[in-house]
Amino acid sequence: MKRSNHDSAHKHVTGEAIYIDDMVEQTGLLHAYLGLSEIANGKIKSLDLSAVQSASGVVGVLTGDDIPGSNDISPTGKGDDPVFAQDIDFHGQPIFAVIAETRAQARYAATLAKVEYEKQPHLTDVLEAQKQNYPMVTEPLTLKRGDAPAALEKSAQRIKGQMRIGGQDHFYLESHIAMAIPGEDDDVLVYSSTQHPSEVQHMVSHALNIPSNAVNVKIRRMGGGFGGKETQSNLFAVIAAIAAKKYNKAVKIRPDRDDDMISTGKRHDFVVDYDVGFNPDGKIQAFYANYAARCGNSADLSGPVTDRALFHADNCYYYPNVLLQSEPFKTNTVSNTAFRGFGGPQGMVGGERVIEEIAYALGRDPLDIRKANFYGTEDRNITPYHQTVDDNIIAKLVDQLEQSSDYQKRRAAILEFNKKKGIIRKGIALTPVKFGISFTATWYNQAGALVHIYTDGSIHLNHGGTEMGQGLNTKVAQVLAHEFQVDLDQIKITATDTSKVPNTSATAASSGTDLNGMATANAAEQIKTRLIDFACEEYKVEKEAVSFSMNSVQVGDKSFTFKEFISQAYMARVQLSAAGFYKTPDIHWDRATGKGRPFYYFAYGASVSEVSIDTLTGEYQVDRADILHDVGNSLNSEIDKGQIEGGFVQGQGWLTTEELWWDKEGRLRTHAPSTYKIPLASDRPRIFNVELADWSENREMTIKKSKAVGEPPFMLAISVLEALSMAIASEADYKICPRLDTPATPECVLMTLERLKGEIDA
Amino acid sequence: MPEIRDHINFLLNDKAVRLTDVSATATLLDYLRLEQRLCGTKEGCAEGDCGACTILVGRISSNKLVYETVNSCIRFLGSLDGCHIVTIEHLKKTDGSLHPVQQAMVDHHGSQCGFCTPGIVMSLYALWMENPKPNNPDIETALQGNLCRCTGYEPIIHAAQAISNIDTPDNDPLVKEREDIKKQLSSFRDGARIDIKFKDEHFIVPASLDDFADIRAKYPNSIIVAGSTDVGLWVTKHMRSISPAIFISNLEELQKIEVTPDRISIGAGVTYNEMLDVLAKHIPQLNDFWNRIGGMQVRNMGTVGGNIANGSPIGDTPPALIALGAELDLRRGNKQRKLPIEDFFIDYGKQDREAGDFLEQIHIPIPAPNDLFAVYKISKRRDEDISALCGAFKMQIVDGVIKDAIIAFGGMAATPKRATSVEQSMVGKPWTKETLSNSAKLFEEDYAPLSDWRASSEYRMLVAKNLLHRFFAEMTSKGDDVQLTREAAMEDVE
Repeated sequence: MKRSNHDSAHKHVTGEAIYIDDMVEQTGLLHAYLGLSEIANGKIKSLDLSAVQSASGVVGVLTGDDIPGSNDISPTGKGDDPVFAQDIDFHGQPIFAVIAETRAQARYAATLAKVEYEKQPHLTDVLEAQKQNYPMVTEPLTLKRGDAPAALEKSAQRIKGQMRIGGQDHFYLESHIAMAIPGEDDDVLVYSSTQHPSEVQHMVSHALNIPSNAVNVKIRRMGGGFGGKETQSNLFAVIAAIAAKKYNKAVKIRPDRDDDMISTGKRHDFVVDYDVGFNPDGKIQAFYANYAARCGNSADLSGPVTDRALFHADNCYYYPNVLLQSEPFKTNTVSNTAFRGFGGPQGMVGGERVIEEIAYALGRDPLDIRKANFYGTEDRNITPYHQTVDDNIIAKLVDQLEQSSDYQKRRAAILEFNKKKGIIRKGIALTPVKFGISFTATWYNQAGALVHIYTDGSIHLNHGGTEMGQGLNTKVAQVLAHEFQVDLDQIKITATDTSKVPNTSATAASSGTDLNGMATANAAEQIKTRLIDFACEEYKVEKEAVSFSMNSVQVGDKSFTFKEFISQAYMARVQLSAAGFYKTPDIHWDRATGKGRPFYYFAYGASVSEVSIDTLTGEYQVDRADILHDVGNSLNSEIDKGQIEGGFVQGQGWLTTEELWWDKEGRLRTHAPSTYKIPLASDRPRIFNVELADWSENREMTIKKSKAVGEPPFMLAISVLEALSMAIASEADYKICPRLDTPATPECVLMTLERLKGEIDA
Repeated sequence: MPEIRDHINFLLNDKAVRLTDVSATATLLDYLRLEQRLCGTKEGCAEGDCGACTILVGRISSNKLVYETVNSCIRFLGSLDGCHIVTIEHLKKTDGSLHPVQQAMVDHHGSQCGFCTPGIVMSLYALWMENPKPNNPDIETALQGNLCRCTGYEPIIHAAQAISNIDTPDNDPLVKEREDIKKQLSSFRDGARIDIKFKDEHFIVPASLDDFADIRAKYPNSIIVAGSTDVGLWVTKHMRSISPAIFISNLEELQKIEVTPDRISIGAGVTYNEMLDVLAKHIPQLNDFWNRIGGMQVRNMGTVGGNIANGSPIGDTPPALIALGAELDLRRGNKQRKLPIEDFFIDYGKQDREAGDFLEQIHIPIPAPNDLFAVYKISKRRDEDISALCGAFKMQIVDGVIKDAIIAFGGMAATPKRATSVEQSMVGKPWTKETLSNSAKLFEEDYAPLSDWRASSEYRMLVAKNLLHRFFAEMTSKGDDVQLTREAAMEDVE
């Protein structure tokens, strides 16, 4: 059971898995395409769409004036995210859509618009925003414990510095897509490649000015999401729905890859200014950091993303005095959004830079500094947001990995190798991860499920989570199969559907299995209770005499197949359907005071990476990575390992080759796989050892005592960055912290090395 | 004049297809998905860079039927006359059970979101047919053109290694039925020219090389399409018309490779991969570099001729070909002229090619045994990336003195260009680190590179200088590492 394959594996490999663009199309289906702005900041003086209108196959165009309801898709309700903009805030912002008989016609026609702009100066960079006092898109956050400024003054040693952290495009292989089918009255059915069907439902309802009950959103599977389809799918769904209602035909919209990358949000870039005070033994006394983020043109999820960056600046380390601030700056770039880790990785990278600073200042192995500052289990265990870390296993986990990866011996060998000062240098680093699990928007921590058993004993499963490849449906089906003790193939996994389970939360924050697994277990429990009651009454036995096992039901000394038993229950008029519900207990968060218990628990992990760099070109490779990761009591070890390996490599891409590059006009120029380089098979670690911490189980009452796994492994890749940093540091005999920023492209590695050479000379 | 045909014939999986209404700009992917509703093949990027649309194309070459992976998103439908198109839908066995490649992918958890999976299955299928027991680098090379964003690739590598435990290619339909399929494809080849006008677009598939010359003379501004790895994007990304287009990928006369003791001569239609064996034998210094041009699918489609003729300043092959002293045969009608390749590149977007000219042959001198020769490609990502800069170095050292030096770079100027100041400063000087350090400074006289998203001007200049040091280090190395070694990749980790 624990090793079940992904429920769609057979369909994936045969090409039979249906994504939205593969669905059979209705007669007369129309295609929509976006018209994008060509300036980064300013106003539209005039918009002449006559050539668009008269192009071959064109049925019509949509602008802000054609929206029956609200021209806004801001997920936070701030009203700062127009479907079609009049005031341009970034290059590539949608200003109109064209509807045509074929996608090719619509796409071509969209290029024919004649737009006159009134240009204003634009700004794409965080530091520039800071300098110019640009507005913030949402309220900043402060986290505070003790008196950091005073403690910094009193510290034995003190280092100030700055780190630039790059953003990241999601590069889900399936671009955004939506298809809307009009129904009677106000009704519209929307197929949307989204992680958040309920939000799509709300946005469509606002845009069409119709109640939510007229909008049905469905999604069977996405070709990848990674956070990029949490809010960004709203745009496409809303346009498809408006056009479908306007023309009374099915309408599909799918941007080309380049337009997808240009017009939808990404991971936030950050500039972190830090100030740390520490003792000669490496123990941190005080920590101050300011996290300034490139949020793009609107708030979107920048509030909670920058909050989560602050929540993870501590990673696994106790700060006796701490002051953390966020600065969610507006910039004239596409509004940044959720991406696996949701600000956490950026927060953590900043925190880990500070560990490096201390280590190089003291001439120590950064691992020693890490250990010296780990949260305690009895004391030294309060976070900057005043939550007590009460499930800390990081020391044990790191010790085990240090042994199993042979870290000390390999580090010694690398130090020896680098003594030759050859062209090739090596580096090794062990970095830990502690990641908080729960939405910090506490009300999001709820979920529903709908389970039906049909009279033939087959089971229909529906829940509020969405499948983007992470294996959520498989895990939830396993939970249900376990509850009824039936084979997995008895259970039909069905498309996420707002008319089956309402008011769902985004499948995000790694919460999918925790929330939907529990809601499904709850639904199963309700049906089981009814079935057991029925058995007790029918066969005059005690509850304890009824049990489910191996596709059958034991009632006293009788045994029925599951199917027979269900049939009997039906004939006895037992309700064989239930809606389950779950809400995460014991969490609370007061943003105003910066205090609470935002996280139900923490997931832990650690990794060791070894790299080689070429000091002539900055090229590098990851020679080996060893990972030990905590998923609690794993529901499915193969799916969990897949999340860990995939998360690590995606994290490696973020920190190394994936570079977002805007030109002087404010145009993103790395907007396709030809220019934006995510890892290939040959980039993965040459040797890759991944283990689960099989001794760990969740202290909290999560589903089967498992832990969430979607996001935490992403941050394991920080060891790659630090190993690169060590290889560079060899140039100065590890006496200077290289301050390697990200993405550490070959250019960044070489130029950092050059800077270091200059510092030695100075 | 040959007979003229108004339709194309090909095999699609197990059925023969005859098509008359084919637009020059119609892509194979759109045909599969929109017209045939064969939706297993996915569109990920529409520029030949992600591999989600990978299918196999079987074509007869040197009287053999070979199956190669191809990016269907940038392959023009009109260029597929006489080919066998194999899509993911063809793999499942008639009894509904999975193909060994598919089974291995399931067994090893090789899919998560599943969107890249059909393309990966097709790439692994092609690999397994040719190389049933691939090692780690073989698999990585086969997957250079396939992006997966979910798995981190590890389970896919394991799957690739396990396919032959399930079955051998001998039992595979494409292997067993190859002779029959070949016969069928041969029957499509009637020696006719294909000329189709549809939806304001016009394309021609010449019947022979001479026919190509005639057509080109008649349509001097025609777009010549060989591998379509560049022209494909004019259509998919820029929605340009390419009429009249001449599709030459079927012209076997342009696919000849001739080797004499001192040079390799290749037709302009020879693909990168078709050159691998001859390069390995005669210019092994190019082996590693050659496998870093595009991804596998691009090397199956793309031609060296196209790489030269499109005149890009960042084409991968020109620096090496300039350093080797390659010569081009250009042809117009029946007139031929020869030209050193470095003279072909005049300025950005401008080549020594007049209307009606086409590139017919490329002659590549084989370096002498004591010539020092190397080429280095620098890019953000090791595989399937476009050069930030690419440098080729060829030198002759006699009695410790540099007798001759040619250095050519891509990515440093508006064209692929020689570093003549650097070269001149070295010739006659001792072959020492000091000489090179002094000469390297002169790159600043030869080049003023741009800053763009691939690299800054400063980085390009610094690395150009450093590559001269790498060249010296490599040529004089006594076993120390001078470049990253892929050792761990070379062994089978499993």
